[in-house]
Amino acid sequence: MTGAPPIVEMTGISISFPGVKALDAVDFRLFPGEVHTLMGENGAGKSTLIKALTGVYKIDEGRILVAGEERHFGGTADAQAAGIATVYQEVNLCANLSIGENVMLGHEVRGPFGINWKATHRAAAEVLATLGLEQLDLRRPLDTLSLAIQQLVAISRAMVTRPKVLILDEPTSSLDANEVANLFTVIRRLRDQGVAILFVTHFLDQVYAISDRITVLRNGGFVGEYPTRELDRTTLISKMIGKDFATLRSLGSERQSHHYEPRGEPLLRTEDLGRKGSSEPTDLELHKGEVLGLAGLLGSGRTELARLLYGADKPDSGTVWLRGKKTDIHSPTAALAHRIAFSSENRRDEGVIRDLTVRENLVLAVQAKRGWFRPLSRKEQDALVRKYLTELNVRPADPERPIKLLSGGNQQKVLLGRWLATEPDLLILDEPTRGIDVGAKAEIQAAVAALAAKGVAVVFISSELEEVVRLSDRIIVMKDHRKLAELENGPHVTAETIVAVIADEGDDEEGDSE
Amino acid sequence: MTVTTRPPTGSAPGPAPSRRSLADRLGARLSALPTVAALLIFVGMIIYGEAAYGRIVQFSTLSNLLVNNSHLIILAVGLTFVILTGGIDLSVGAVIAFSSVAGVMLANAGWHPAAAVLVMVLIGSALGLVSGVLIQYFGVQPFIATLATMFLARGLASMLSTVPERLADDSSIRELATQLKIIDGDKVNDLVITPGVVAAVVIVVLGFLVLHRTRFGRTVYAIGGSEQSATLMGLPVPATKLGIYVISGTLAGIAAVVYTSRLGSAQNITGIGWELDAIAAVVIGGTLLTGGTGFVLGSVVGALVLGLMNVLITRDGGIRPEMTTIITGGILLVFVILQRVLAARRRAEQQG
Repeated sequence: MTGAPPIVEMTGISISFPGVKALDAVDFRLFPGEVHTLMGENGAGKSTLIKALTGVYKIDEGRILVAGEERHFGGTADAQAAGIATVYQEVNLCANLSIGENVMLGHEVRGPFGINWKATHRAAAEVLATLGLEQLDLRRPLDTLSLAIQQLVAISRAMVTRPKVLILDEPTSSLDANEVANLFTVIRRLRDQGVAILFVTHFLDQVYAISDRITVLRNGGFVGEYPTRELDRTTLISKMIGKDFATLRSLGSERQSHHYEPRGEPLLRTEDLGRKGSSEPTDLELHKGEVLGLAGLLGSGRTELARLLYGADKPDSGTVWLRGKKTDIHSPTAALAHRIAFSSENRRDEGVIRDLTVRENLVLAVQAKRGWFRPLSRKEQDALVRKYLTELNVRPADPERPIKLLSGGNQQKVLLGRWLATEPDLLILDEPTRGIDVGAKAEIQAAVAALAAKGVAVVFISSELEEVVRLSDRIIVMKDHRKLAELENGPHVTAETIVAVIADEGDDEEGDSE
Repeated sequence: MTVTTRPPTGSAPGPAPSRRSLADRLGARLSALPTVAALLIFVGMIIYGEAAYGRIVQFSTLSNLLVNNSHLIILAVGLTFVILTGGIDLSVGAVIAFSSVAGVMLANAGWHPAAAVLVMVLIGSALGLVSGVLIQYFGVQPFIATLATMFLARGLASMLSTVPERLADDSSIRELATQLKIIDGDKVNDLVITPGVVAAVVIVVLGFLVLHRTRFGRTVYAIGGSEQSATLMGLPVPATKLGIYVISGTLAGIAAVVYTSRLGSAQNITGIGWELDAIAAVVIGGTLLTGGTGFVLGSVVGALVLGLMNVLITRDGGIRPEMTTIITGGILLVFVILQRVLAARRRAEQQG
């Protein structure tokens, strides 16, 4: 890596959008045979920089050199021609076609009678083999594969043109630990073949596991480029958020000292609550002012349980007592009337309505609760919106901006505000911090802690065990759609404790695949 | 989601054991199932017709089926392209009207028949191009864009003439409908084809080859799967979308030639509702209206199912012709429900 000239050299890149300078004189270098991570908070300009390099955006100022040659990208095709291939966060393949067709789409081998399918499939098999995926059946329809494997197929597809640069834009955001390990094997293999890899992720562990160098961006500006081993985590985070890491630390200790003593009637109690195929019968109790963490791997049934509590799915067994009274929560509307709010893990499809403004998104749930025939006056709306934009520190604090223009973290804050505006007694948060940056994460965690202090009961679901441990008073560990254990949180409980609970249980059930 | 628990050392994710791959293999063929079902129903209709009314499985009936429906088959091929991308083309019926009236008037005005025919086809291409540009470069919904083209074409046809325009008896355009005996059966039971049928067969074969053997065709399927993905994959999405509407329009122009030569006259009200017949044929043939799944050959079967249905209704004599549309609607409904059921089962199998 040292000595060789960079394959990509971007200098002084600036891009402006109406009203915002998205990138301001950013430098970026990428060498052959390295994994380079681009770090920064949401809205720091990572996506914009990547889009400049893939030809989606035109740059206003600066130069892009690829293999020493200056390039002007007019579109994605130009970047691809220059040897830059991209795999996006969402798998961008065609589910209606087979694996082989997807891999070779647009690069099919042609003979005198049109596409030569035999040769095309052979070429696809070769590419898959270089990534160690030779056991995939090329003729299987893509949509029969798990998301993780589709992601690997997408990488194979990107490698068909033998690119010199491979950009991976948050490829791990929906993968579990095993799948990430598989992905990393593939990434290392490609790196060793001399491909320059630009990797974007929010997971610090992954940054340190895979990357050779790190470039940090903040607010559209260039902060620095560092070899990974010379940059410890605390420094990295403070460089990203531009303030001290201590803020984040203090939150953890505050929660640990919060010491919650359950007393009196629980706010919510369930007995044998379950639904065939999605959730085994579960007992749980939840008190006012308590944060109940649901921990477990992806697909362990956390979301399914939450959906039962909220009435999004109908339970077929068990009973729910709410404030001591037996209650039938048969629909989200009923849940809302009982002051139960649920924020979905699927921010994009079940959360924000992209084309509406921040204000419209925020007042949606309050309005639904009141009924559509008693519209909120503009004054009431503005008051609500002002309150929550300030309280949750949404940036930019512009109520009339379409929400799609906000970063993921700020969208999530607006969503949180939406449910807080309904003044719930019980708030269920499903992965509220997924895919958002450290700064916004800390703010959302602080908001959750503040809520609990005010007496709201919170069910907190997250794949990040540290976060669950930091916030929860009690933790329910889930696996295979059932409750495995319930832990009182305290200084003795760490992420490792939870992992151990899941792993111990798994020992005698290994091989029992889903 | 499959959770692979294998060690990460190079042995990534393969298909899990046999129980799953069986379901997968079924899944792979499920997309062809509606087409197979259409074929079975077609065969079933033939058998029923033969048993109930007789004289179905014979040269003359089957030739007539092809001769009388060749224009519908050609239209259905064009719409298959459009619907595979998730689009729709409502203009083809009106395009036929404008193209035929213009062609007949030009021929009667002394144009060389070949030139008139060429103009007829090019009228289709031009109107298809209009739709395509509206859709691709002005972001108009295909439904609205082709509705506009439909009104435009129908209006242009009416401006040319509002009465039937008869093609001169000696016009060589009529020769395109000449019946060529392939097998001379007893009495009138001959296997005949017309140049129109040949055109339809050639178009079907070309359509199949383009869809399955060219990158253009693969892009059509990819757009139907996910237009956004296709764009990010670097496929030529704009050119392809433009192309399919031009293809659909051009084929409507060719269908106009085939139909006009057979009928010998043209009128501004020709082809009302044919776009819907063609869409019905495509859907019955197993192409999903959401795009991405379907076959040209299915659409041919769909067109023949509709054609055969008309033959059977005529033969029965007891069914009022007004019932035809109700029966068409019924068949369509059955097929759409069949597709829904299959799609649902496929989803269930993947999750299960």
